[in-house]
Amino acid sequence: MNKQLYITGICKISDNNISLNGKSVFSNPKQIPVNEFLKNGYRDFKTQYPKFFKMDSICKLGFLTVEILLGGNPSIKAYPSELVGVVLSNSSSSLNTDIDFYETIKDTENYFPSPAVFVYTLPNIIIGEICIRHKFKGENVFFVSEQFDPNILFNTIQNIFAFTNIQCVITGWVELLNTHYDSFLCTIERINNDEETVNNDIFDIENLSNIYLK
Amino acid sequence: MANRVFITGLGIASSIGISPDEVLSSLISGKSGIATLSLFDSVYKLEIPIAEVKYINQQLFDLIGVKSSPFHSRNTLLGLLAVKEAIKMAGFLDSDLSDFGLYSGTTSGGMDLSENFYRSFINNSKAGRLRDIIHHDCGDSTAVIAEELGIHGHVTTISTACSSAANAIMCGARLIKSGYIDRVIAGGVDALNQFTMNGFNSLMILDKQPCKPFDNNRNGLTLGEGAGFIILESERCINPTSNKILCELKGYGNACDAYHQTASSPDGKGAYLSMHKALENSGLDPSDITYINTHGTGTVNNDLSEGIAMERLFKKMPYYSSTKSYTGHTLGASGGIEAVISILSIINKKIFPGVQSTQQMNELKSSPVSKLIEDRNVNHILSNSFGFGGNNTSLVFSVC
Amino acid sequence: MQNLIYKLKQEIIEALNLEEMTVDEIETNAPLFMDGLGLDSIDALELTVLLEKEYGLKIHTAEEGKQILYSVRTMAEYITKNQKV
Repeated sequence: MNKQLYITGICKISDNNISLNGKSVFSNPKQIPVNEFLKNGYRDFKTQYPKFFKMDSICKLGFLTVEILLGGNPSIKAYPSELVGVVLSNSSSSLNTDIDFYETIKDTENYFPSPAVFVYTLPNIIIGEICIRHKFKGENVFFVSEQFDPNILFNTIQNIFAFTNIQCVITGWVELLNTHYDSFLCTIERINNDEETVNNDIFDIENLSNIYLK
Repeated sequence: MANRVFITGLGIASSIGISPDEVLSSLISGKSGIATLSLFDSVYKLEIPIAEVKYINQQLFDLIGVKSSPFHSRNTLLGLLAVKEAIKMAGFLDSDLSDFGLYSGTTSGGMDLSENFYRSFINNSKAGRLRDIIHHDCGDSTAVIAEELGIHGHVTTISTACSSAANAIMCGARLIKSGYIDRVIAGGVDALNQFTMNGFNSLMILDKQPCKPFDNNRNGLTLGEGAGFIILESERCINPTSNKILCELKGYGNACDAYHQTASSPDGKGAYLSMHKALENSGLDPSDITYINTHGTGTVNNDLSEGIAMERLFKKMPYYSSTKSYTGHTLGASGGIEAVISILSIINKKIFPGVQSTQQMNELKSSPVSKLIEDRNVNHILSNSFGFGGNNTSLVFSVC
Repeated sequence: MQNLIYKLKQEIIEALNLEEMTVDEIETNAPLFMDGLGLDSIDALELTVLLEKEYGLKIHTAEEGKQILYSVRTMAEYITKNQKV
């Protein structure tokens, strides 16, 4: 039995559009603020998770991308929780929410630091929210780089699969700053070469890069 | 077969010293760096103790030997100081570094620059120079350090809250093991700023007295700042018998607690998993561990969660303590600073106690080390760094 | 007191981003932090900020907070008793 790493699911959210495995599954006909768009997406997919509304925008983005990604590949939820990991990246870290937090402390006359906003001033809270929801306890790490860096993701994930029992890693890019947002997440799984791999791309740097750019 | 990973250099900037020798001296004499805030003005100045690096930016410029520039954030300065120290200890010149990797962990990046800019800007939108804040981004201090030192191998930044530096070290080690790169500078840096102080204060987890990790009456954490970096070298490019080698990075583990954005699970599942994975990865048994450098922040929640996890994993508890009672909680830098301290413990055959902690926790059967232990073979150290978002990392350092 | 209770419920919904809840769905006397609304420790801190921001009242310890923030009713009673005019 020869197992190889494959990209088994892809979800992208940008420009008021959500696509799953290359096909558009939700879109808004006109440009609306990202927060509104994400809430509409949440409702359209009938997600039942009230804590979604407490999240900052970038967590909503990452969370929703994963909800839809796993909706298209529900077998991931059958893996033991310790064997699913999350490796994410972006370029602005949590800057969008850092700015919101600063609004609550900048005025010495009206000074009320918000603990609920502060909690989100770290990019890996995106991973935290995903893992709390799905109980994923495997490896998790967050890279910050100027542009999407398929090299670091590929090498890190390949190593995780080579040296641990991990069965699935969710990886990609979750970026949001002011009006710009762009998420691309995929599931990487070990699969037998001869089974059900016809439609899946092999997990390598070139494929990861091409899918992101498509 | 995976390449072994050796450590050949250390660099540190913290409230208890800006070199490994100074830090060692403070640890031996039990001298904590926690004091009153002096770096900037704050309404909390007299209320909340803090562990600052005792040098202002101008002094850091002079120490590093770089021309003073308004564009260098305090993060960059602390990071440069520590990275240069580590490189020097490992016997490399700046001209040797082009193939090196640089992996740095941080949470607040160049926040201090933006705060300085904002103070002028908020009163007058024409005041303040906008270009001062282009070095705000998390990844910027890493990029500036790489450029300053001619590091071109592979450079990236990791931001996973308080496990950032530990994850940077883990990332470097794993890329060395898989043959992607041979030499890496890894660690982290976080400088103090108002954003961080205000934020942590709003969560009501700051102790109004110096922190008391694993004490029954502990009341929260003490914020600190600093940088800690180590040089990792692959066995492909260094002889295991070389006298440059300080110790080995034997293994590592990371897991997600998956419980809450900022609180740790009551049963310490995430902590247990990361420690267990690190031991498995190292090929060691719990009984092999001499000492645990705990995450030990001093919050009611963390210390209970971590304590329960440790007592579950170790039938016989090794020595353990939290050196955050000296350095404060240095957030994104803590994994790097504590890596340096762990390695100092191994090479000097000493086990450093916590200071300020005196009462055993009711829930635990064990207590942390309370007095310096000397002339003790320290064979294997487990170093924990647990971050918000449930990101838990454990590293194992071993004597060579 | 009824006006204050209604106002508090609106403020709680806004401060805690309880977007899918209506004022009628928050029971005045029910514990805020068990089951029900599923509020956590961060929500408790936000309610502390709310009391200070809107009513000028400070909570100093976790124990004090536990009592005052027990339910909408206990919050309203505390405000009525202590609010500076």
